[in-house]
Amino acid sequence: MLKALKLEPEKCTGCLQCEMACSYENTGAFNPAKSRIKVFTFHEEGRFAPYTCTQCDEAWCMHSCPVEAIVVDMATGAKNVLEDVCVGCKVCTIACPFGTVNYEADSGKVIKCDLCGGDPWCAKACPTGAITYVDANETGMERMRAWAQQAPDTAPPRTNPPREKPINVYLSGQGGV
Amino acid sequence: MAWTGNVLRVNLTEGTVSKEPLNMEWARQYLGQRGLASKYLAEEIDPKVDALSPDNKLIMTTGPLTGTMASTGGRYSVVTKSPLTGAIACSNSGGFIGAEIKNAGWDMIIFEGKSPKPVYLYVENDNAELRSADHLWGKSVWEADKLIHNELQDPLVRISCVGRAAEHGALYAAIVNDLHRAAGRSGVGTVMASKNLKAVACRGTKGVGNIKDPMRFLQETEKRKQVLQQNAVTGQGMATYGTQVLMNVINEMGALPTRNMREVQFEGAHKISGEAMHEPRESDGQPNLTTNGACFGCTIACGRISTIDKGHFTVKNKPEYWHASGGLEYEAAWALGTDTGVDDLDCLTYVNFLCNEDGVDPISFGATVAAAMELYEMGVITKEHTGGVELKFGSAEALSWAAEATMKGEGFGKDLGLGSKRLCEKYGHPELSMTVKGQEFPAYDPRGIQGMGLAYATSNRGACHLRGYTVSSEVLGIPEKTDPLSTEGKPELTKAFQDATAVVDSAGICVFTTFAWTLDDIAPQIDAACAGDWSTDYLLEVGERIWNLERDFNLRAGLTGKDDTLPKRLLKDAANVGPAQGQVNRLDEMLPKYYELRGWTPTGELKPETRQRLGL
Repeated sequence: MLKALKLEPEKCTGCLQCEMACSYENTGAFNPAKSRIKVFTFHEEGRFAPYTCTQCDEAWCMHSCPVEAIVVDMATGAKNVLEDVCVGCKVCTIACPFGTVNYEADSGKVIKCDLCGGDPWCAKACPTGAITYVDANETGMERMRAWAQQAPDTAPPRTNPPREKPINVYLSGQGGV
Repeated sequence: MAWTGNVLRVNLTEGTVSKEPLNMEWARQYLGQRGLASKYLAEEIDPKVDALSPDNKLIMTTGPLTGTMASTGGRYSVVTKSPLTGAIACSNSGGFIGAEIKNAGWDMIIFEGKSPKPVYLYVENDNAELRSADHLWGKSVWEADKLIHNELQDPLVRISCVGRAAEHGALYAAIVNDLHRAAGRSGVGTVMASKNLKAVACRGTKGVGNIKDPMRFLQETEKRKQVLQQNAVTGQGMATYGTQVLMNVINEMGALPTRNMREVQFEGAHKISGEAMHEPRESDGQPNLTTNGACFGCTIACGRISTIDKGHFTVKNKPEYWHASGGLEYEAAWALGTDTGVDDLDCLTYVNFLCNEDGVDPISFGATVAAAMELYEMGVITKEHTGGVELKFGSAEALSWAAEATMKGEGFGKDLGLGSKRLCEKYGHPELSMTVKGQEFPAYDPRGIQGMGLAYATSNRGACHLRGYTVSSEVLGIPEKTDPLSTEGKPELTKAFQDATAVVDSAGICVFTTFAWTLDDIAPQIDAACAGDWSTDYLLEVGERIWNLERDFNLRAGLTGKDDTLPKRLLKDAANVGPAQGQVNRLDEMLPKYYELRGWTPTGELKPETRQRLGL
């Protein structure tokens, strides 16, 4: 089964654990500046959004590379940069419509998400489930379910169960203390 | 290692920056952040110096876990001598700049002297330079933040900044980072502004890599993230309600100080609680709370991001406040709301925005307004002083006016900027100031939570809940439940919390983890990251050493055991209602035992054998 990273911005809190995990896996240091996944904060809207390469099938970056330094990992579907081959020309960074391939001045190469060879650290590190690694064919499943739930009911009208309200763990005596 | 081993020293008088190695012997004794910077401060300044003179120093400091994947590992502290208390100040903040300083390769930045003209420090990895802040002086934190980002052409720069309140000399000014996180207490912002230092802008791309045992570190930190996740408080309560989870709880137990601590329960608590922040408003159908948000590396995410109703009187025709920004935490909601008797949630949020925008500590500000309101009620402060404003308990209009005046340092706002102690002295009623060592109380009434009385009285930075949060045990039962109305065992409890918290504050992580973690959870994370052996027992010794170092600083600064006390109101006037009705704080039952446990003399001095035992 081919898997894909599924990003759900509405669950993101902006903690950057994913950036630290990504950078650690790739560079051996906790260094958000070198992360291939980025969390964007839209402060005035109160929104956070993780963003990284979606591994296009017909990848612009791969097709644009003049030295064929970007290749498909057949096991994961990831488009990987062959560091030894990359000449740092940055054409792929221009070709990618999403900006998820980036040049790294220190190494003189480009870097992008490689799905950590099929075990992405960002997904493991995310504390809220905003980043998961799921069946590539069904990344929309949760959203479909949510919409399905709201779909008009052809059956006779009935009372919907009340929406779940957050529980105050102290007042309800459920505190694990 | 986990420390970077580098200290950036900035001489503001000379306009020079220099790099020096971190004193690793001290790091072994004091861990980092609060402890280590306190050691530097105690060694480098005479504790008797005027806090606002060039002789004082200001240290921005990270811990060994700052910038790592340890949950909440993004903390930094500002350590200096406080102008509010005359004692040592250490204010801790989350957000993102702590990790950024560490990523740039620095454990701490020491500021000394005073710049002849306004400057800000720009740090980009190894490069540090002082730049003119002439154009930033007189600007709010939010304005300056935008201007600096534009000037440096780098949206990823993280900024700590002081606002207009600090420039005007308000004695409880904060240093605000990342727009709405703050090193809030004790006037650290006032010290920064006194040095003509407007801001620190930092960009770090080096990363934190020198972990002693990386694989073990990842395992230990992951394990403890699970502990946080599975705990009801850190896993659910804090994300849903933030620290505001406490408002209704503390009110119900009759320990919510109300109207300048005259009362212990607030009839409007439910209107300004964490639950209320979720309720859709009648006016626009939106809740006050927009979302929760995390500081760097935090898997709890208690931060509140709020939006005020555009039609609310405080922001009507002021679109600059219509966006989402840092919302009410419990202490702010209490000080701005309960202590002033104001139950208008959006008004409190607006005032909280102002506190972030212009950098003041909302606890001290709210408590000072509360004292002023009591003086107004008594007829001591009149409309003549306020320029016609009715400074009444419960008046949202008066509260928002007071905030605007304080930020601008105009008229009566100048008086409010003095803090409660000096304000009450100025108007001839020092007994109405609800402070310890000149710092205003936070949101737990020590008549209903006895241990907090001792924690407040003995806190090294004046009244503070974060120096020994016995509420954990007395209210929430963490790690075990004790009777909040009893003084028995409270000296031991207070000392244990104080020492443990000193460790947490020195590690680079957030004290809120201790709702779920004990030192047994924290020690393995430090031990996996840092050179040397860091057992729980050794860390407790470190914590005790830090506490005594701070105490020693304060004694050398001229404070004495006599300063370890509470206002008469809390010692003599019994709680009027609720479960604690009839109670006063029985500090005298706890203090002698506490001194004894600490290894101090009956007058609160460190005994020679205590110094020797701790290597002071």
